[in-house]
Amino acid sequence: MKDLSLHILDIVQNSVAAEAKVIQITLEIDDRNDYIGLTVNDNGKGMDGDFLKRVADPFTTTRTTRRVGLGIPLLKQNAEQTGGFLRIESEPGMGTKLSVRFVKSHIDCVPMGDVAGTIALLICSYPSIEFSFHVRVNSAEFSVSTTDLNDALGGIPLNDSAVFPMVKEYIASNLDELQITNLG
Amino acid sequence: MTKVKSLADLKKMKESLQAKIDLREKGDAAENLIQIKVAMATCGIASGAKNVMEFLLEELEKRGINAVITQTGCMGYCYAEPTIEVKLPNADPVVFGYVDTKKADEIIEKYIKNGELVDGIIPVNYESIDNK
Ligand SMILES: Nc1ncnc2c1ncn2[C@@H]1O[C@H](COP(=O)(O)OP(=O)(O)OP(=O)(O)O)[C@@H](O)[C@H]1O
Ligand SMILES: [Mg+2]
Repeated sequence: MKDLSLHILDIVQNSVAAEAKVIQITLEIDDRNDYIGLTVNDNGKGMDGDFLKRVADPFTTTRTTRRVGLGIPLLKQNAEQTGGFLRIESEPGMGTKLSVRFVKSHIDCVPMGDVAGTIALLICSYPSIEFSFHVRVNSAEFSVSTTDLNDALGGIPLNDSAVFPMVKEYIASNLDELQITNLG
Repeated sequence: MTKVKSLADLKKMKESLQAKIDLREKGDAAENLIQIKVAMATCGIASGAKNVMEFLLEELEKRGINAVITQTGCMGYCYAEPTIEVKLPNADPVVFGYVDTKKADEIIEKYIKNGELVDGIIPVNYESIDNK
């Protein structure tokens, strides 16, 4: 996976596949403490303890189309390569929280990529899921949620193709302000 | 067009968005709707499915084609990612492999607009790809 925005898109697909109705994504970029942190919190069907122990192994998947699952192992590898880590907490029937940290100054730390595009794509593709995205760059912050956008659009469906470019532009201009695009 | 920087700016776009949608819906009945699914599992994302999906969303809108574009899981054609499924009205769904933005452009211009076949179709014997 060549950048963090693609990892976010990928990891969130796991929450969607787990039938989550609420998905919270948090991205933190902290220069003083030299890390990039990402958490994805969902209320999907969760995993039991035994499955959880094996989940970072590529041969752990509930897919039926192939025998390997790569999303989590790839992210874990990319994080550990920088001296960071990946952690998953989960409870069957309750949901899952995945947290990952990268050491920001490490030469192998992945670039940010198009975070605005990823978030807009997720929010607009899955209008029945309640997304919230929170980003913090040092002391500056920005949040956006499915509810905020629905309120602003007053009845125009988020998954109409005319809406996506507007939502992407809204998120992108706010992330630009936080100078997220210049990182990595 | 002014830049959308706040929710208030977005609110101001409401009327022009609604006008666009009304116009489109007048021209095209629901049964003429084109449905496109983009396979968005790790294999698809790693090989460029996100760009393809954004390209389709933006270009179909620009070119005035009424389509619903959704994400789906792994179709089982990891070797041919990115893959997309296109369902034209009154036709069976067709899966295309190795779709980049250039291929996507060709699919829009030839297959979607004119029903002409283009290279890169994956032969399948299934109904649709709602599996994972
Ligand atoms: N948020 C989640 N909630 C419930 N189960 C999950 C969640 N995330 C992952 N899993 C489980 O862990 C498995 C492994 O996930 P991983 O992303 O590594 O691979 P995959 O999704 O199976 O395939 P790929 O990501 O390669 O398309 C999944 O098949 C699923 O069973
Ligand atoms: Mg996955």
